[in-house]
Amino acid sequence: MVALDAPRGRLAGDRRHLGRALAAWLTLLLLAVSVLSLGSGASGVSAAAVLTDWAAGRDLAEIDRVVLFDIRLPRLLSGVLVGAALAVSGAVMQGLFRNPLADPGLLGVSAGASLGAISAIVLGGLLPPSIAALAGWHLVPLAAFAGSWVAMIVLYGIATRQGRTSVATMLLAGIALAAMIAALSGLIIYRANDQQLRDLTFWGLGSLAGASWTKLGAAAPIILAALAVTPFLARGLNGLALGEAAAAHVGLRVQRVKAGAILSAAAATGAAVAISGGIGFVGIVVPHLLRLLAGPDHRWLLVNSGLLGASVLIAADMISRSVVAPAELPIGIVTAMIGGPFFLWVLLSNRRVLDA
Amino acid sequence: MNARISLAEPARPACLCMTLLPMAAALAGLLWAAPAPAGSYPEAGRVLSIGGAVTEIVYALGQQDRLVARDTTSSFPPEAEALPDVGYMRALSAEGVLSVAPDLILSEESAGPPETIAVLKEAGIPFETIPDGTGEGGLIAKIEAVAEALGVPEAAEAPVARLQAELDALAALAGKTETRRVMFILTLQGGRVMAAGQDNEADTIIRMAGAVNAVQGIEGYKPLTDEAVTAAAPDVILMMHRGEATADLDATNDELAAVPALATTPAVKNGAVIRMDGLYLLGLGPRTGRAALDLHDAIYGGS
Repeated sequence: MVALDAPRGRLAGDRRHLGRALAAWLTLLLLAVSVLSLGSGASGVSAAAVLTDWAAGRDLAEIDRVVLFDIRLPRLLSGVLVGAALAVSGAVMQGLFRNPLADPGLLGVSAGASLGAISAIVLGGLLPPSIAALAGWHLVPLAAFAGSWVAMIVLYGIATRQGRTSVATMLLAGIALAAMIAALSGLIIYRANDQQLRDLTFWGLGSLAGASWTKLGAAAPIILAALAVTPFLARGLNGLALGEAAAAHVGLRVQRVKAGAILSAAAATGAAVAISGGIGFVGIVVPHLLRLLAGPDHRWLLVNSGLLGASVLIAADMISRSVVAPAELPIGIVTAMIGGPFFLWVLLSNRRVLDA
Repeated sequence: MNARISLAEPARPACLCMTLLPMAAALAGLLWAAPAPAGSYPEAGRVLSIGGAVTEIVYALGQQDRLVARDTTSSFPPEAEALPDVGYMRALSAEGVLSVAPDLILSEESAGPPETIAVLKEAGIPFETIPDGTGEGGLIAKIEAVAEALGVPEAAEAPVARLQAELDALAALAGKTETRRVMFILTLQGGRVMAAGQDNEADTIIRMAGAVNAVQGIEGYKPLTDEAVTAAAPDVILMMHRGEATADLDATNDELAAVPALATTPAVKNGAVIRMDGLYLLGLGPRTGRAALDLHDAIYGGS
């Protein structure tokens, strides 16, 4: 990634070496957290013992096999994908909107996904049995994903005139759209019975508990494809930091960057929310921390956000499964309860940097 | 239970028939649709019970020594709360459930999420779904299904006979007095009445107790407008008291009377307010026959 025309010596303010070093450390962190996650769980099944047996080709006890390969592994991989998707989308959105508080929610993605999920939970029973049977229990994730896309496409359509997307229009129209979607959701919630209300509440708090190979198989290609696009946006987002006009003057194809950023963030977030429900805070905290550590250069920020986002979510998931075991806490509670104070502490201790 | 009731309301025999008919239809549907338990596990010694009614039934059958864990909704009898809690029945975690190493899972139909249930079934642990019996026949079927799954069908005889006797007593009482109109108030948050319409536990128990739900034409528990409250004109208001510590503190008679719409109802004018323990009243388990009889007595001022 080192530009060919870069001088040999380091320029003042160039923090790319920090980003590179950080990426190495974060990769190690992700590996360590993953190993820990695979080895821990309420059932006390030892991942090491099971994997040794498996590698040696010995027969596995049914419970061991199910716990390791059908519960923990898909859950770990879902955590990696969802965490990376949320954090990278957050970083992309913050770059696009040039605002540290931006997240994919501004694209209507979250509101759309939750409308989809709410509709599926409350109105799913009204579907003809043949369709309901086809979708099965994937109805909620499918509806959430569809909802996120419909909302995003409507918003993108509203904000785009003559091939140019106005970020300001998008921001304001997004607020209007979110209000309309919230009203629709409210209407459906009014119809809901007690059990559905509880389902809705839990969905909104997010969980990786429903992770399965089927869900992973559906969401992984979308998230991976979206994440694969983001490195190509890095230079564009760096340019946009100068402002749209300046970015265009230095030769960036601004519209292409905007479209790429919006589509990839919406796709990644939509798929992530579909398999895990609403998980807050990762998309804002992770990129922010990394900017404080290694600067705002998107060339490393995006990669590092993915790595740290994945680690954070896996760690949060470990906490969510262990604090009230054998029950589990919705993961959104964990991310916000730990992320909130931590973020505040980071902000306050870096006040001078932020105010400057 | 303080139930002072006015006798000013004219009899409404038609209402009883009209509510009994759909109830009988629903009952028939339930009995027909209820899946027979697939297996019987007399050897199972580590049973996980999911759902308040199922847990109550296990205790009623005298099989509590075989329980190793329960879900959050299983809070009766109080001893059950000493068992490890695997979480809320709609948000179970597969590994959490497996960690209590059950060799039989007894579960109400609404347990979930489906992904977790699928993993549990795959783990090879017998998973018995107990049909959600809401009608009278459904209650008995529920007890028998649990006994069957635990491999102790004979243990069901006593609780079923008791329940049957209570249901018979209720049937004998039916129609002897004028039918009273009961409004179940779930909450009175900020003076807004959240009442029970049809298709919920409160409606079921009101009908079992030989009364009529004063709130017709809505489903589930919904906030009512003041005018609808006035129009419903219940003879009796039914509420839950949530445990001993807060008994009667949720909404006192004075608080009810302070809501203008409620103040106009015969129930509040006559102080006909019944408060019962929530799980006892709405649990739809082995104690429901007793609860319906208690409610009947409270409504009609019987023995």
